[in-house]
Amino acid sequence: MLSVENLSTTYQAPGAKPVLAASNINFSVPTGRLFTLLGPSGCGKTTTLRSIAGLERPSKGVIKAHDTVVYSSAGNIFVAPNHRQFGMVFQSYAIWPHMTVFQNAAFPLQVQKKRLSGKDIRDKVMKVLAAVSLDHVEEREATRLSGGQQQRLALARALVMEPRLLLLDEPLSNLDAKLRDKMRFELKKMQRELGLTTIYVTHDQSEALALSHEIAVMNEGKIVQIGSPRDIYERPANTFVADFIGTTNFVEGIVRGGTDDRLVVDTRIGQLNVNAQPGVSIGANVSLSIRPEDVHLSDTAPAPSSNSLFIGTVRAKVFLGECQDFKIDVNETQLLARAHPSVRTLVGEQIHIAIDPEKCTLLAA
Amino acid sequence: MAVTTPDGSTVHTSLGQGWGRSFDMKWVIIGLCIVVVAWLALIPLGFLIWQSFASTSTAQVPAVFTLENYATAFGTTDSLGLMFNSLKFAFGTAAFALVLGTFFAWVNERTNTPFKSLFFAMSIVPLIIPGILFTVSWIMLASPQIGIFNQIFRDWFGLATPLFNIYSLTGMIWVDGLHYAPIAFLLVTAAFRSMDPSLEESALMSGASVVQVAFKITLKLAWPAILAAFLILFVRGIESFEVPALLGLPVGLRVYTSAIYDAVHSYPSDIGLASAYAMALLLVTSLGIYYQSRLSSQGSRFSTVTGKGFRPRVSDIGRWRYAAAGIFILYCIFVVALPFLVLFWASLQKYYAAPSWAALHNLSFAAYGKVLAYPGFYGVVWNSAKLAIGGATVVMLLTSVICWITIKTKIPGRWVLDMLASLPLVFPGIVLGLSLMIFYLNFDIGIYGTLWIMLMAYVIKFLPYGMRYNSTSMIQIHKELEESAAMSGASWFTIFRRIVLPLLKPGLMAGWIYIIVVSVRELSSSILLYSPGNEVISIMIWEFWQNGQYIELSAFGVMMITALFCFLMVVQTLSKRFGVKDV
Repeated sequence: MLSVENLSTTYQAPGAKPVLAASNINFSVPTGRLFTLLGPSGCGKTTTLRSIAGLERPSKGVIKAHDTVVYSSAGNIFVAPNHRQFGMVFQSYAIWPHMTVFQNAAFPLQVQKKRLSGKDIRDKVMKVLAAVSLDHVEEREATRLSGGQQQRLALARALVMEPRLLLLDEPLSNLDAKLRDKMRFELKKMQRELGLTTIYVTHDQSEALALSHEIAVMNEGKIVQIGSPRDIYERPANTFVADFIGTTNFVEGIVRGGTDDRLVVDTRIGQLNVNAQPGVSIGANVSLSIRPEDVHLSDTAPAPSSNSLFIGTVRAKVFLGECQDFKIDVNETQLLARAHPSVRTLVGEQIHIAIDPEKCTLLAA
Repeated sequence: MAVTTPDGSTVHTSLGQGWGRSFDMKWVIIGLCIVVVAWLALIPLGFLIWQSFASTSTAQVPAVFTLENYATAFGTTDSLGLMFNSLKFAFGTAAFALVLGTFFAWVNERTNTPFKSLFFAMSIVPLIIPGILFTVSWIMLASPQIGIFNQIFRDWFGLATPLFNIYSLTGMIWVDGLHYAPIAFLLVTAAFRSMDPSLEESALMSGASVVQVAFKITLKLAWPAILAAFLILFVRGIESFEVPALLGLPVGLRVYTSAIYDAVHSYPSDIGLASAYAMALLLVTSLGIYYQSRLSSQGSRFSTVTGKGFRPRVSDIGRWRYAAAGIFILYCIFVVALPFLVLFWASLQKYYAAPSWAALHNLSFAAYGKVLAYPGFYGVVWNSAKLAIGGATVVMLLTSVICWITIKTKIPGRWVLDMLASLPLVFPGIVLGLSLMIFYLNFDIGIYGTLWIMLMAYVIKFLPYGMRYNSTSMIQIHKELEESAAMSGASWFTIFRRIVLPLLKPGLMAGWIYIIVVSVRELSSSILLYSPGNEVISIMIWEFWQNGQYIELSAFGVMMITALFCFLMVVQTLSKRFGVKDV
């Protein structure tokens, strides 16, 4: 449905050298999917989104939507943003302060090429306002809406034109934490129900993991990994992704031996069993990523299995209600672990650790 | 959805990015605005330069290249005196206004002087009392022959010689300085407000007295802004026409502006010499504006009338606060009460006479009736209204597009446009009038001698004001508000009409009102461009003065001041309701 090929966009700051804000971006999004561009600020995710929208003019590449080319550097094609029919929700919501709620939502229908009668416009607007539960405030001045309501109005305005593609630029970042959780849920429900192809930009990894069908993690203008949320979380392609996606333990080591599907890695905490990966041979320096919740703790020795087993000393623990966070010293290396509240071992005592080979992600060192 | 063909026939550029290749309403309007601004700003200037090198053409002899004008304008002792007079007058005016304005700003911002709240109300005085009326009222107050002050001193103290002579350099500086002091007040207040109060408070905690803090910290920190204010006032002073023409010319005390007027109105008129004088004047104003813009912080070419809004604590200056209030009240008397009262008094007379018991018996409103019945009175008012409203509308719409280009786009070379639209800042009104006059006399497209040429002069003169009002509003419009409209499918023209202009409204309306008010009192350009039948209000006052019709002049002046005052009051009340910025 949307495909982006070899897209590069340079950004020209006044009085400075041009910066390659996005370089060689490739991805495609099937119809009805929610695709997230995730990365820290300045990684090029917003530039990529604005290039798709047509608000920035890329320097190279091809962008196709529904098999219509909207940008092609080779074909010298650039469709103006107002002719692309993509709905967009901006980070600031960009609600026009001089219009009422209804006028804001009706604007796309009033300016489109196809003239609609006043009644048709009214019907469509009220339907979409009802969908975001704003139909009761239609006559209110847009500036008198709360943050959450403004966000929903921005969404309604993007949806009313029946867009071919929905672009969301950090739509939840201006909301407080509680509202953000609620809106995240509503956004997901609405996207899934409408089956609208959506590109979502965020720097919040939990938002990305919760909402997306597929995530592209970006860093320094490039996509560093594309995959499902589970893929990204469980099998980060490199230390940047692993670090950015969530807290993790990095353990360095050398591959000592193994079979076709298992490798044994010598690390400072001891020998770890890891799933084999093509291209990693014996003697290679590797780095392992182990999530705190994958470091299994128990008060007593666990039953033998394929898991790697260690004994460590509890240095600190924090009780968080549904779980507890531990800091454990294993052979003078610190591991972070997240465990069930039933674990009773006290600070200073010894604790048993088990790590599932499946959960050790092998990263190139 | 526009179907895009590979040959790019429906290709459009993105918002504010580069140049498009397609034919689009956007480029027509933008192109038109650029051409109009370039035409307005450059043509008169270019022609003026050319004219200053040309000899006076007659029916027999065509104009040839010559440096003679410059030789006359700069090469004689007479001309040196002229330059010296101009600089002395401008310097004195600026210094006097600045001292007064800075003092009031400090008193208002930093001390507990009573009546402080009246200071800002005072700052609109130069708006509602036009320079020509202010000057005339001071002639009535302090001229050696008819001045009330002199008569009082003669009658009460038996002085043989008049004590005050308004027809002098000191008199000119006094009148113009008093009139410009509110501008200095606003400029310096802005500087004081954008100052971190902790800098002064720490000096106070170190044991410095209030006066020491004022001189050693406040003024030192505000020094660049004060210097910039001085340059603005200096340029205002050197451009000033009314005061030199009414107070200087009768006693042969000439400055550049009045010399230009003289050269044009002598017989035969010497356009070449006037142009050479104009070039000298332009040189001085350009230097002033140039250094002022370099002083003004971070690229803001215009006076920073809005600051960050620090509100430092006010110092208790003890009994001195009554002295400060006294000076302020005295100032109000000199600037508002006396000028208005003397005009009002004169307007009630049959023949001009100084206030006395005898004259009190002759009061009548006859002069008002006479003015209202004056031939062409309604035509004159209607002309002024047309020019003020038309000029203000053209300026604000034109500059809204220019500001959009310079602020919202990344079009290369947009700074040229910004510069062009701000260029008229260096045109003194009389120079602008002169250059338009000679250009459209030579290239007759039928606007010379009509209202159109005056409209053009007003538009050029007030372009920089339009830029200032529009740009402060334009900067505040978040770019996503436009982008979301583009994503909604709106064209550039629709976005501009339905999103940008409505959001620009506060600045747009404030600038519109301001330009209307200053247009009504515009004299120095109009004086060279009007023709019989096309007079405006300020010209009518000028003619009354030339004809010695002081009674009618006073009645007209009182009506004008009252009308402008009421207009501003109505506007302020309305604008509070509709959220228009302060004028």
